[in-house]
Amino acid sequence: MDTSENILHQASSGLARGSDTARAKAARLSPSFISWLQAGPMMLVFLAFFLIPLVFVVIVSFWDYNEYQLLPAFSGRGYTDTFEGCIAQIPDLCTIGKTYLKTLKLCFMVWAITLFIGFWVAYFLAFHVKSKTWQMGLSLLCTIPFWTSNVIRMIAWIPLLGRNGLVNSGLVKSGLVNQPVEWLLFSEFSVVLALVHLFTFFMVVPIFNSMVRIDKSLIEAAYDAGATGFQTLVNVVIPLAKPGIVIGSIFVITIVMGDFITIGVMGGQQIAAAGKIIETRLNALQFPAAAANAVILLAITFLIITMMSRIVDIRKEL
Amino acid sequence: MATPAALELVAVTKRYDTTLAVDDVNLKIPAGTYCCLLGPSGCGKTSTLRMVAGHEAVSAGDIILGAQNVTDLEPAKRGTAMMFQSYALFPHLTVIDNVAFALKMRGVDRAGRHRRAGELLELVAMSPYAARLPAQLSGGQQQRVALARALITEPQILLLDEPLSALDPFLRVKMRGELKRLQRELGISFIQVTHGQEEAMALADHIVVMNHGRIEQQGTARDIFHHPRTEFVARFIGGHNVLSDAGQLIAVRADQLGIVPFGAPALLTQTEYQGSYVAVSLTLDDGTALFSHVPEATFDVHPFRPGDRVLATWDPAKAQRLQ
Repeated sequence: MDTSENILHQASSGLARGSDTARAKAARLSPSFISWLQAGPMMLVFLAFFLIPLVFVVIVSFWDYNEYQLLPAFSGRGYTDTFEGCIAQIPDLCTIGKTYLKTLKLCFMVWAITLFIGFWVAYFLAFHVKSKTWQMGLSLLCTIPFWTSNVIRMIAWIPLLGRNGLVNSGLVKSGLVNQPVEWLLFSEFSVVLALVHLFTFFMVVPIFNSMVRIDKSLIEAAYDAGATGFQTLVNVVIPLAKPGIVIGSIFVITIVMGDFITIGVMGGQQIAAAGKIIETRLNALQFPAAAANAVILLAITFLIITMMSRIVDIRKEL
Repeated sequence: MATPAALELVAVTKRYDTTLAVDDVNLKIPAGTYCCLLGPSGCGKTSTLRMVAGHEAVSAGDIILGAQNVTDLEPAKRGTAMMFQSYALFPHLTVIDNVAFALKMRGVDRAGRHRRAGELLELVAMSPYAARLPAQLSGGQQQRVALARALITEPQILLLDEPLSALDPFLRVKMRGELKRLQRELGISFIQVTHGQEEAMALADHIVVMNHGRIEQQGTARDIFHHPRTEFVARFIGGHNVLSDAGQLIAVRADQLGIVPFGAPALLTQTEYQGSYVAVSLTLDDGTALFSHVPEATFDVHPFRPGDRVLATWDPAKAQRLQ
């Protein structure tokens, strides 16, 4: 009697335990749901402030407009106005073509220079600076340009590069030139200089990040196999730093392609650039035309990045 | 394959700032020898190997390989090749390109270097994996690739920095056998750094025991196990008891230390059954810890228990006097 009761009791408690675990399982969230929850806030921000506005930009780019209002009817005017006269002028480039070519040229120069400087700064930090503290300290030094606003940084160039600036007065006094050099400020040179100054850091960080992850024994193994310093650079360091190079390049290219403030200020408002066209159209309240230009710029930038991503699978490398 | 050559270190010294890593080391390794540099970490064995490889500058002394003084030559010009501890395979290159790397640096064309690399992959039984990336290989496979890569330059001496330490125990014993086989087949010298005495005894024709940057003792495995010269060697090589006998330190092998159940100078603290023998731990009244390997059959005649008082015995003729 006693035992049978005991068994019964055990059985019922076992049953209760069973239902407990079932309830616990239902209350526990599946791991994939938790991942969605974690990514959710960023996704919503992205959706609300990036994707939806972007869709509106594309929609508006196909609207019609007159001098004072938007006309919500489908029209290709935003695009046709942008490319006005381009076909007639062939083989000469029309204004818009020249502007984009100019933007690409500036972008290419800034990219090439920031890549060159950024690569060697990162190389120095990763391979020649031995202590972690120094690496950290020197990396922080690279952020100095970001300690003040963009406008102040640009204004700061004027007393240095202007007609009566430090560089020119130095050159004149030393007798190297008779007259102040004109191309130092409000020129392509000053635009590239300012952009390089600003964005080299965006090259240094990802490249440095790739390089510190290179096992130092790989360099030794290459040396052991008879590789010269240059061969090691080409065959080992550059291939392994490639993800960083591509990520840095994407940063620099996307920023420079859309820039109009730095190009405007440092170019003395004399240099036409893709971003500048959008600004002009906006100021003229021609929103569909501005949107159309934004879409074109986006497409070109996207094309460049797609090409770069072909070189390396970024998702795999991160 | 390259002709085997002898290696000689003459008063080789390595100084880092104020610390002496390697102190006046003299060493002769005949051609075709499997030599192990054995010692605890920080004993200077790795620095010695890296100086031979040319990856570390020599502070003083000379390194002579064959008929040539290679002290100041760069690694690839010495006739040595190094196999790194973590294998240091290039992660972005396929197995065959990893192996062919040194030939590519010499400007050998693609077909030529791949043919030669293919032969070496054959040698280490890795041909089916030629197109893989290192990340797709197991630890043992990576090691074979690293071995093939080091051998492609046809070195006179292969230098191995703790080659087995990253492998699990089973694979370690297996790879150990293969290293030994490869060394015999190639006929060149292998110089291997290790901190495992078992590994050194299994592999080496010549063991160099190092401590504090100096060579403590060198010789064949049997030499060293039978006649340890110092307390350090006796303790490091394992299987020895070090005890004081009339003011003189002596080493008695664990399998030559007998235990008898009368007298009571020693307390038996532990017995561990090890299959063919039983490991018995003793403590003397002065605190000295001893251990004895008693053959299973002998132990079964009188099975001791922890807490027994016993007498430890040995044949004085077989005890080693230590310096």
